[in-house]
Amino acid sequence: MNPLERFSAIVLIAGLAFFGLAAVVEAWLPWQTLRDLPMQSVEELAAEVTPDFLDLAQRYPEPFRRHFGEPTSAAFARALRRGRDVYIAEGCWHCHSQFVRPVSHEDRRFGAVSYPGEYQNELQLPQLFGTRRVGPDLIRSAGKHSNDWHLAHFWQPTTVVPSSVMPSFPWFFDPPAGEALPQPNDRGLAIITFVQWLGSWAEQPDAPLLLQTSAPAQETNP
Amino acid sequence: MSEKARYQDDLVLRSLVRAHLIAGMAALAIGLLAGLAFSFQFIQRYWFPGVELLSPGRVRMVHTNILAYGFIANSFLAGLYWVIPRITGRPVLSRPLSWFIFWAWQAILLATGVGILGGQAQGVEWGETPIFIDPIVVVGLILAAVNFLAPVVKSGGKPIYVSLWYFTAGLVWTVLNYLMGNYVPQFFLPGASGAAVTGLFIHDLVGLFVTPLGWGLLYYFVPVILRKPIWSHAVSLIGFWGLAFFYPLNGVHHYLWSPIPMFAQYGAVVATVGVEIVVTTVFINFIATLRGSGAALVVNLPLRWIYTGIVFYLITCIQCSFQVLLTVQKIIHFSDWVVGHAHLVMFGVFGFWIFGITLELWPRLWERPWYSTRLNTWHYWLTALGTAVMVIDLTAAGLVQGFAWRDLAPWEASLRFSYPFWMTRSIAGMAILAGSVLFFYNLWRTATGPAVATAPAAAQAEVMA
Repeated sequence: MNPLERFSAIVLIAGLAFFGLAAVVEAWLPWQTLRDLPMQSVEELAAEVTPDFLDLAQRYPEPFRRHFGEPTSAAFARALRRGRDVYIAEGCWHCHSQFVRPVSHEDRRFGAVSYPGEYQNELQLPQLFGTRRVGPDLIRSAGKHSNDWHLAHFWQPTTVVPSSVMPSFPWFFDPPAGEALPQPNDRGLAIITFVQWLGSWAEQPDAPLLLQTSAPAQETNP
Repeated sequence: MSEKARYQDDLVLRSLVRAHLIAGMAALAIGLLAGLAFSFQFIQRYWFPGVELLSPGRVRMVHTNILAYGFIANSFLAGLYWVIPRITGRPVLSRPLSWFIFWAWQAILLATGVGILGGQAQGVEWGETPIFIDPIVVVGLILAAVNFLAPVVKSGGKPIYVSLWYFTAGLVWTVLNYLMGNYVPQFFLPGASGAAVTGLFIHDLVGLFVTPLGWGLLYYFVPVILRKPIWSHAVSLIGFWGLAFFYPLNGVHHYLWSPIPMFAQYGAVVATVGVEIVVTTVFINFIATLRGSGAALVVNLPLRWIYTGIVFYLITCIQCSFQVLLTVQKIIHFSDWVVGHAHLVMFGVFGFWIFGITLELWPRLWERPWYSTRLNTWHYWLTALGTAVMVIDLTAAGLVQGFAWRDLAPWEASLRFSYPFWMTRSIAGMAILAGSVLFFYNLWRTATGPAVATAPAAAQAEVMA
């Protein structure tokens, strides 16, 4: 009798041993290679408040104070956590990746090629590499656009990028009162904080190297 | 019906086969609608703009999860309830346990859908089921494994049939994989090491859950429909053990050129090419089995569905062993090429096998002839052509996008280049949905139609017609 047709062999060799082998080779070994990278908590990441976060506090003082108080590093950490949660809940990561590859001129388009150390932190539990780019990669998005641009973009993406296929997110805003412009709520402030933080740690190449990623203004949606 | 066949039939919990098939088709309806709705976002014509609970990003996750865990898993469970007692000559462990698993599984699906739409998705691709539901899923999977493997164990230390190799390994793998993929990247390993585990999870879900259960069902249904044995037992052995060895090693190929250590990426590429070569033997085995009976594809619709899926499977494998190469990845990764590939595998292969199996079982389960064979034919052609058009369209779109990105065209240019492809994709999706609507109607009319005295024989004749 062929031992390969036995129930026990199938459970032990195919079911457990081969699965285990793959887990060792394709998961445990990579982890061993990377395990000495320091693991950072959100508080450590947020120790230094970014200019964009301070800018949010100034531009939208009323909702900012209501949801996050003063722009301290504790508030920054809270906004980053909340922003990451919104990023996951809305499925942003299904249409935006978070790593720049060393091929296809991606460093020209987005910025420095990604390296393992920058993902060794609490906000990458679970990791948000992504597998699809309908919109551009976001791991170098810090400072590419202003907070105002992001606000308009989340309210209605086609107002700033006419050919955009990104959904609008009106629930990131408090309902506008009368003639007043809509103000971001906690989710709106948090997601902008998160996106503006992505890559704020990386050295950006000199400006001319980076590609203009927005189309000229006169181009319209066909 | 012979004495033995009648005896085997008595072992089958037919009510559970019915229940799981119905649940699977309900999930298919929701999944197709969700996918079609999401596709309209890409042509700036979304159905529910600005509605938080029906936001495209959330609907997309419902689309993938409800089709994987609702349509495919439910339908495969129905197949297992039909096949395992027939092969082993023993019933599954327990009828109450089976019903418990059924209702627990539907509750999990409902909670997953509601959780995702409510903003509770977990950030793991193909595992967006909210984190607090995961323990219930694991318990459900373990109970299912016990329920289905009990008759296999009880049949003693004899060699077991090919289908049971796949079922046994698939049920063990799925429990391990679900635990690993949902918990390790969520709580223990961040960033690049977490991505390596996520890659394993994504791939093992296709390779170690859907694929083995699918092939296991085919190793039963194809010989039964054709009334002749599988061509080569030795080739079956190569196919199974090759899949078991190579498939789990593939995972990291979902994140090529990423910050994951390169040795893991190279290993995944080599293993992927390996698995494609090995599973081609399974394809050869089934084509060789068909030899001399090819005319059956014309008259037997279940068989035609199954073999269309098998041919799509070969196309998938050839495509996969090329697209996994690091050179090709430079262009096609992140693009719609991959989306096309996913639709070809999950729907074009496994979905088609499920349609074939449903078509074969439905008249027997209700002991009624098909209400309309014409509707079934329409369902086949609408779905097959819709899927083919969608896959070719998305593959072409992927190439256009990939080259536009590499050539540093403005990002919006890649969107404008994609509009015609995305429009075509929506139209193909409507064809698929239309086909399924005809099928649902036919299923319903058949189940509620007049019973025939000599039902099984009549049903059989109708299927063959």
